[in-house]
Amino acid sequence: MSEALAIGAPTARKREPGRLRIVPPAALLALLFFYPLALIVRQAFLDDSGVANVPEIVRVLHSRFFLNALINTVTISVTATAGCLIVGLLLALILAFVPFPGSGFIARLIDTFIALPTFLVTLAFTFLYGSAGMLNSGLMEAFSLPLPPVDFLYSTWGVVLAEVTVYTPFILRPLLAAISLVDRGQIEAASVLGARPFRIVRQVILPAAVPALVAGGSLCLLLTVNEFGIVLFIGAKGVITLPLLIYGKAIQESAYQVACIIAVVNIALSLGLFGLYRFAAGRLGV
Amino acid sequence: MSAAAFTGSEVTDIDAAKVRGAGSNVHFDKVVVAYGAHVVLHPLTLDIAPGEILAMIGPSGSGKTTALRAVAGFVRPRSGRIRIGATDVTDLPPYERGLGMVVQNYALFPHMRVEDNVAFGLRAQGADKALIGERVKDALATVGMATFARRYPRELSGGQQQRVAIARALAVRPRVLLLDEPLSALDAQIRRNMVEEIARLHRSLPGLTILYVTHDQTEALTLADKIAIMRDGRVCSHGPTTELYRRPPNRFTAEFLGRANLLPVTVAEAAGPKGFATARHGDAVLTSAGRDEKAGDKSLLCIRPQHLSLTADSEHTNRIVGTLREVHWQGELTHLVLDVDGTPVRVSATKLPMALPEPGTKVPLFFAPADTSLLPEDAGV
Repeated sequence: MSEALAIGAPTARKREPGRLRIVPPAALLALLFFYPLALIVRQAFLDDSGVANVPEIVRVLHSRFFLNALINTVTISVTATAGCLIVGLLLALILAFVPFPGSGFIARLIDTFIALPTFLVTLAFTFLYGSAGMLNSGLMEAFSLPLPPVDFLYSTWGVVLAEVTVYTPFILRPLLAAISLVDRGQIEAASVLGARPFRIVRQVILPAAVPALVAGGSLCLLLTVNEFGIVLFIGAKGVITLPLLIYGKAIQESAYQVACIIAVVNIALSLGLFGLYRFAAGRLGV
Repeated sequence: MSAAAFTGSEVTDIDAAKVRGAGSNVHFDKVVVAYGAHVVLHPLTLDIAPGEILAMIGPSGSGKTTALRAVAGFVRPRSGRIRIGATDVTDLPPYERGLGMVVQNYALFPHMRVEDNVAFGLRAQGADKALIGERVKDALATVGMATFARRYPRELSGGQQQRVAIARALAVRPRVLLLDEPLSALDAQIRRNMVEEIARLHRSLPGLTILYVTHDQTEALTLADKIAIMRDGRVCSHGPTTELYRRPPNRFTAEFLGRANLLPVTVAEAAGPKGFATARHGDAVLTSAGRDEKAGDKSLLCIRPQHLSLTADSEHTNRIVGTLREVHWQGELTHLVLDVDGTPVRVSATKLPMALPEPGTKVPLFFAPADTSLLPEDAGV
């Protein structure tokens, strides 16, 4: 008994410094992240005198500008994510199963998009598809058109296309990794049994790629919900998303409380999506 | 005609006639496969008769799997044609060849239940629901897995998964069944059982043509009607299994297909009307089954370890003497290694004299002329 105590005592003492080690990073996290977040939440829910400002919250949440921004955000992020999933899947299948010279290089090139700032693609799109871009200039010259015929860039579709271009690599990377793990024997067995390529993709490859699709898709959804640079840079008329609305209210109109209320909704949406991502990832073993 | 179940206890109504006979022979006609400048299969001409099991064996990289993959349609020959029955399948995609295939790692679809795995090929071929149900039931019963239909592959042992893979291949009633080292991933004991079960399965589906690729000579000897031994992308010997084992045409075949002792001899007298030649090994005059050797030819006398005896009798008339070097007792068998004029000679014996000689002593060995064959000394392939 005494031996057990003698052994136990130093162990208990040893744990103390370990517990204390968490304090500095926790304090840093609190200072840099939770405190500003708390300030935003406080600004959203309380007025200057510290009283809960429920009528203002209700007014903002029922306002047309908020609802439009919310609808735009959801529409753009869901559409862009769907686009990323489709394009990512097609590219992954081509890169994995249709060998061609330079396919590895192309895969790495697509990867580099992850490293680039998001607005850069938008800038490139302006040169390509803008009113005075290469496509419109070429078409106007070729067909003697008085006005630029291609006019999608400064719309919701322009934002969606830019986001699909920027965020597809976030789907492609995990998808290529998942596909590389699919046993080639399964694909060959399916083929010998009479399955054509489309059935093999649908019934053999896709089920194996579901975890990667869910993980990549959730990440895309999260990123596109919070996308700011692309929407701002395109400047499409009437295409206001939640991040852009927060920026406008806070910086252009100095309506900080309104901006904070919308920011809290944006944060809640992001955390909800993140929770969904973690749940799905956990269930699928990603 | 009903097929006996894999386990021998169930009877199914898989109709052997539907998978047998006409249209299920395989013909390789000067098939060449190459990757760039590297030729992995030199002109291969080979026939597999309907209902026959042909085992392709050979060391790694000998081209046996490439030949099977060419039949399956995963490897396109650079030249030559492959026919299954009357159909030239060289340019057909794998899904139009009407084959079944079982590979080493089972390749079951992990997200599908056993019954869905077995039904996969039938669904892919557009079979109607009632037929699919019937065929799945039959195929699973054939391999003794009827009670596992609702399980997922991860819930089965390796041997059970391989049975499901075989059922999946059989369910589509293939013209030809391709087995690519199907038992390599299994434990030795399960592998032995599975070999016997595949043999039983083929007896119950006698019309099923099987191309069986393996590096395991025991599997080949147990299952195959004929064996093709591959080496460096070429068939170095091909023939009925027992014939190839008893009368190997060359040194590689003799050594690859079961262990063989090869004693250098000089032919003293060519084979007579009864097919026996006389050969000398040192002072010993030996009688051996011969081919077309002439007197004076340098030759190799092939004798299997289990055909050597430490005691003489009326059949074991040939006698050589060796120095005992090693004795290895392995339960059922005892392996002896002797030195016969510089040539290591192995003996596998089930029965030995009560008092085994000590290593270093001279021991006479006896063997029957009918158990020997002569092969040319310089025929590496």
